Amino acid sequence: MALETALTLTVVLGFTTLVLLLAGAPPLESYRQIVKGSLGSWGKVTHVIKVWIPLTLAACGLLYTFRIGLWNIGVEGQVMVGAVLTTYVLRTGSDGQHGQYLLAAALLAGMAGGALWAVMAGYLKTRGGVHEIFAGLGLNFVAQGLVLWLIFGPWKQPGIASMSGTETFAEHLWMPYLEGLRISPAALGMTLTSVVLTAYMLRATRFGLYLKAIGSNEKAAFLFGLRPQATMILAMVCAGGFAGLAGSFQVAGVYHRLIPAISSGYGYLALLVVMLSGFSVWVSPLVAFFFACLNVGSIQLPMVLQLDSSLSGVIQGTLVMAALAMHAMRARSRKGGGPDAGG
Amino acid sequence: MKKAIALVLTVFLVTALVQSVAGTARAAAKPYTFGLLLVGPYNDRGYSQAHYEGGQYVEKTVPGARMIYIDKVNPADRPGITIPQLVDDMVEKGARLVIANSDDMKDGIREAARQHPDIHFVHVSGDDVLTGKAPKNLVNTFGRMEYGKMMAGFVAALTTRTGKIGYLGPLINEETRRLAGSAYLGARYAWEKVLKKNPKDLTFQVTWIGFWFNIPGVTADPTQVAQNFYNTGFDVVISGIDTTEAVTVAKQKAKEGKQAWAIPYDYVGACEGGSSVCLGVPYFNWGPGYSGLVKKSMTGPWKSEWTWLGPDWQDINNHRTTNVGFMEGDALAPGVKKELKTFIRDLGSKKVQLFKGPLRYQDGTVFLREGEVATDKQVWYMPKLLEGMQGAGSAK
Repeated sequence: MALETALTLTVVLGFTTLVLLLAGAPPLESYRQIVKGSLGSWGKVTHVIKVWIPLTLAACGLLYTFRIGLWNIGVEGQVMVGAVLTTYVLRTGSDGQHGQYLLAAALLAGMAGGALWAVMAGYLKTRGGVHEIFAGLGLNFVAQGLVLWLIFGPWKQPGIASMSGTETFAEHLWMPYLEGLRISPAALGMTLTSVVLTAYMLRATRFGLYLKAIGSNEKAAFLFGLRPQATMILAMVCAGGFAGLAGSFQVAGVYHRLIPAISSGYGYLALLVVMLSGFSVWVSPLVAFFFACLNVGSIQLPMVLQLDSSLSGVIQGTLVMAALAMHAMRARSRKGGGPDAGG
Repeated sequence: MKKAIALVLTVFLVTALVQSVAGTARAAAKPYTFGLLLVGPYNDRGYSQAHYEGGQYVEKTVPGARMIYIDKVNPADRPGITIPQLVDDMVEKGARLVIANSDDMKDGIREAARQHPDIHFVHVSGDDVLTGKAPKNLVNTFGRMEYGKMMAGFVAALTTRTGKIGYLGPLINEETRRLAGSAYLGARYAWEKVLKKNPKDLTFQVTWIGFWFNIPGVTADPTQVAQNFYNTGFDVVISGIDTTEAVTVAKQKAKEGKQAWAIPYDYVGACEGGSSVCLGVPYFNWGPGYSGLVKKSMTGPWKSEWTWLGPDWQDINNHRTTNVGFMEGDALAPGVKKELKTFIRDLGSKKVQLFKGPLRYQDGTVFLREGEVATDKQVWYMPKLLEGMQGAGSAK
């Protein structure tokens, strides 16, 4: 296992260095800037945490669906719908009253929205026989369409028709953050709780055991009296709930409005995070932290070295390929396949 | 596996700590650093490049001034990155003044200005000072592009053979309404006063794409919108977006044997590469304005104000003095050039005032009564398109 990881990292590092050299960039200096730009000061670390929160939440959700053997590609759309419902609730609160209750309601609505979107993909799978990858992808497009339509249509700013985003919420509807730190303690706390909760659910409960049993062998699980389809729906509800909460934080804690790119691609990124961490609850937050550093730190490439920052996209892409290769290798060595490995 | 990842992360963290300690050690003799946030690529041949070169001009002309910039600052190009985050970074790098160049950054730069009360902020194109939302350290500035757009409309009307002018609009807000309106007023003036034709025979169509530049899957595609104009009898397209699609499409159409002209926007060099179809470009010349701001930021006092910088009427293309200009393109006919010269002279002397009544909005309601000249605020906040223009004028 350690050998595979080391191999993956070597491949990633080697390929990235090659790309940097081809782009005419000094690789060591580039890496130094990324590290410095993400962890070089407390301010930077808080921005990394701001990215880490939604990424980790989406990853938590995916752990449930991966455990039962579902490829929940629809997580991206689940983040978006969570953001949409959160925006819907916050839009009702312009009068300045009951900010904190409204925020709580908005977060719950976000979770419900993500869960609803996930259940739709789940039912398409269990009832309609549509593979969850296609259902999820389709629903991602629908969710993106919904966001664009709302921004340019019903929720547009007065007198303005712009893809920029909806009106910014009044400040009492922002997730409160610590002065000077720029982190919402509530969001951070909920994310850490989510990680612990997910670990507990997957490792210490009957539900977690069912997920694993069904993920390992659906037919055998059925013969043992488990209900694979209902459990799959439940796993989707968990995944969608966490993804929806990620979307809620994007709206209430980061952008304070709905924008077209509200999900920031964190859903897709979370898929990689979970795969790269070998489907482990405890490793996922670390890998998510690494990706968050990459996201925040790579802004230094254009700012300091005048490099195109899409190079960080190349680094991420390399990680994807390496992760998939590692996954394939592992699957072959177990003759199994499917994302069912424990962590 | 876990051990390996833990190891990597540890190395990562240790390196970071060493870096940050090393970083604080060297901070001797600082120049005066200003930060520039660009919404598009620094080399977009449009809006953002004009700002970028303005910043370079400051570096050249103001002793001690040093620019740091970051481009493509928008959530589509940089997912997850926010304005306050970039400002934090610039301030860490020593920026004393931060300039945000886009309408899209309004909320983000206001938030950042509140978080850094000791740093000076400029929001270009914004109106937070007018609306009272601006914190004390935030200044608004913009160029009086209305004049540039009037010139664009003027040459468009004198060039069109079909009497149909297309306006490739970005998104709908106050700024874009008044700019499209200015282009129309320039066109109507040329049509009526120079060509002595009936304004009813002039078609001026505005089509909006939804943002300042193309975002695939989010905005309408400006290339298609431009093609659509040329395919439906429009022969001059005035661009209101940050990038140069209109020129590219006009060139294609000219190659296919059509009569097609384009007027790009924002950047003095926007005609390059399409000079055979380019009538000219109304552009921002940020150098002088930015120099003034940086100098003011250096010496103080810095106070919250809203400024609208005009052209240097002595020579609207003098790069040391003018804030907006109009660079003639190779496709501009000699006769039109002569008329344009007169028009510019008359605008400068206020002999010609286009925002003067009687003017009506698209829906027939009165904008300016007979003889009434619009105030700056009336022009800035024009709520609807003008009578005679076609296309959506506001979001209901």
